[in-house]
Amino acid sequence: MTLSCRNISFPFNADRWLTRLTRLSACVSAAIVLLVITFLLLESWPAFRTIGVSRFITDESWHPLSDRFCLVPMITATALTSGGAVIFAAPLGVCSAVFSQFYAPPRIAAWHRRLVELLAGIPSVVFGLWGLVILVPLLAHLGGSGQSLLAATLVLALMIMPTVALTSSSALSSVPAELIRGGAALGMKRWSIVWQIAIPAARSGINTGVMLATARAVGETMAVLMLAGNVPEMPSAIVSPVRTLTANIALEMGYATAEHRSLLFVSGLMLMGVVSAGVLIAELVRGRRHV
Amino acid sequence: MIRTELLSVHYGALTAVRNASFYVIKGKIAAIVGPSGCGKSSFLSAINRMTDLTPAARITGQIFVDGTDVHSSHQDAAELRRSVGMIFQKPNPFPMSIRRNIQLALKEHGTRRRTDLDTTTERVLQDVGLWDEVKDRLDSSAMELSGGQQQRLCIARAIALQPQVLLMDEPCSALDPIASAKVESLIESLRGRYTIVIVTHNLAQARRIADQVSVFWVRDGAGEIIEQGPTMDVFSNASNHTAAAYLAGVKG
Amino acid sequence: MFDSVNASAIKERVACFVVWLGAAAILCVLMWIVFDILMKGASQLSINFLLNAPEDAGRSGGIGTIIVSTLMILAVTITAAVPLALASAIALSEDAKSGPGLSGFVRRSLDVLAAVPSIVFGLFGNAFFCITLGMGYSILSGGLTLACMALPILIRTTEQAIRAVPSEYRHAAAALGLSRSTALFRVILPSAMPGIGAGLVLGIGRALAETAALIFTAGYVTRMPESLSDSGRSLSVHIYDMAMNVPGGNSRAYATATVLVGLLLFINAAALATTRYAGNRGSSHVMSGAIR
Repeated sequence: MTLSCRNISFPFNADRWLTRLTRLSACVSAAIVLLVITFLLLESWPAFRTIGVSRFITDESWHPLSDRFCLVPMITATALTSGGAVIFAAPLGVCSAVFSQFYAPPRIAAWHRRLVELLAGIPSVVFGLWGLVILVPLLAHLGGSGQSLLAATLVLALMIMPTVALTSSSALSSVPAELIRGGAALGMKRWSIVWQIAIPAARSGINTGVMLATARAVGETMAVLMLAGNVPEMPSAIVSPVRTLTANIALEMGYATAEHRSLLFVSGLMLMGVVSAGVLIAELVRGRRHV
Repeated sequence: MIRTELLSVHYGALTAVRNASFYVIKGKIAAIVGPSGCGKSSFLSAINRMTDLTPAARITGQIFVDGTDVHSSHQDAAELRRSVGMIFQKPNPFPMSIRRNIQLALKEHGTRRRTDLDTTTERVLQDVGLWDEVKDRLDSSAMELSGGQQQRLCIARAIALQPQVLLMDEPCSALDPIASAKVESLIESLRGRYTIVIVTHNLAQARRIADQVSVFWVRDGAGEIIEQGPTMDVFSNASNHTAAAYLAGVKG
Repeated sequence: MFDSVNASAIKERVACFVVWLGAAAILCVLMWIVFDILMKGASQLSINFLLNAPEDAGRSGGIGTIIVSTLMILAVTITAAVPLALASAIALSEDAKSGPGLSGFVRRSLDVLAAVPSIVFGLFGNAFFCITLGMGYSILSGGLTLACMALPILIRTTEQAIRAVPSEYRHAAAALGLSRSTALFRVILPSAMPGIGAGLVLGIGRALAETAALIFTAGYVTRMPESLSDSGRSLSVHIYDMAMNVPGGNSRAYATATVLVGLLLFINAAALATTRYAGNRGSSHVMSGAIR
């Protein structure tokens, strides 16, 4: 009986403290993103004040040492590399998911999934290293030095493909088995079932995967830094060297002073804005569909 | 119409059905009854080779549909499933419009012209008694239909393929009594046009609609057919004691 | 009608071929990359390589000091992130609804945090830890920045692991009159350990692979770090430096890459083994331990 008396008074306190502590931790975790945004804003403020937003677009080129601050070539490079990467990676990723869910025998499917997870775990510098030593000389045959929009796009596609593959794979495996069986019982062949029943049913999961992959592509730094060449100008061909927003920050942070540095924070803010918008839109879409 | 000879279904080391020899005459309704877990669904799945979808499944013995061995090299599995349709216990319409539910497999099996598709759609929906209820909303989602309507839709899309046989795995057990009655009377109305094999838990239902009954029971760890024959004979005069007791409601 | 049946048969065969081709292509590329790294890098591996400090800007010598720096950065990251992640995950798992309200806000913030590019974390870490908090280029700055990056994934996996614990355990604990904190620490968390461990491994893998965030927080220095406030270079930063900034550094870059990839493979395999072992042990121990 004494045991139960103790249980009544003590846990009440311990439980309360537990709740307080854990809720506080959760708030701290949530606050970090606000901290990041705050500091980005603080550091970019000087650029907004002295240079002004319009000049990021209207200046004729990017030459910070000569007071030219046009970010358009870098924005274009980011858009092209990410967009191109997604165009390659999305079909390949869905193909991989379809393969492991519907076409491969169970043991091969398990190995394939492990392989894709392995690919997902390779650090971006290692991709960059491989691309630099192997891919770039190969692409040099097409013209230019090999370090180009094309090189960066291809390797970026390789890097984000696993994201699409793994999300699509779990989306496809969540399609209720009755739907698949229903299609089979009607005498539908495998590809018809996949294309007309499974993929449409898994559509929202697949879309989420593609959006995550796009966000990753936009934010990727090291691989594009090593492979895209280093020229902050608009690309004239697919083999032109370019510089993305992320590479721009990485290359110039080291020696940037005051205004210049502040401008790099502006591009950081831009990246953060694009990526956050993507995440929030994805959540909005997902929320609506469930209702 | 359907004949199996010493059919056994194995899942890896487990034997679900052993040496089932079954027959049903064209146009008749055959009921398969027995307690849970005695291999009735596995038996049914073997007939239209749905067991192919389970990697560990192995079939021994022979299955003949309309004289052709279903495992012969001449028999294509997809074509088999067109001609031997299957209705599942839990209605499983596709998350698409009613129209698309019916026409998806139709298109796959060769019907292309819009007029043909629409004519068939109307015909089968009339056959299952859904036409008046859904004719104004063919393009709305099938998921909005009630359970009973969904099951009738599943039957409609199966008969749209003009099968010879319909296999039904406890088609009414997931439905409420009213919907169940509607589906049951639909099944009865299909007698003669299709050969129907229906697995059911509901002995009264078997007695009502079936022309013949096969009783499954677990013996030595696997399901076997212990009694088979015309409905009246089996229910009143079963030679097997266990079967007689089960059908009288005493056992199982 | 005969033609359209044939057409669907052809479509099937083409689709099958394309799908297998795609999967094979992925396999080939992966093999290409892994073998390339291993072949070029493994030849240089030796105990000396792993223990000695780099010389001649890294072109010779080893990566001993770099391994130490990397481990120190990881230690800071884990120490900072894990307790916070655990506590936050506990809070989130208690709250059932994920819509509007505090937990919804927390989740959304974490989702955004998870998507922030690593270079932006580098900017943030530089501005906040290095400059505002005055830590300068140091292992501490780098570790704390990585902790911010690892936090979302640690919280997500830990919360999932906690939620995956069968509710029967919670009911049994409550029926026995256990307080919520006792139930948590003696029943639920031990049962969720494999999942939490797997998430930790995922987070560590992510942190090891990080480069851009570390360049501007932990710095480039190759000396052996004496304390947390010293600057230090991680394995991934070393690979970058060797490949891009040091002419003739490619071979060393490959060797380091081999070590890094090897380390990641080992950690992942260890995690897989732990999960399987813990799963096999069964959870009966958990319940009996709680009653004691």
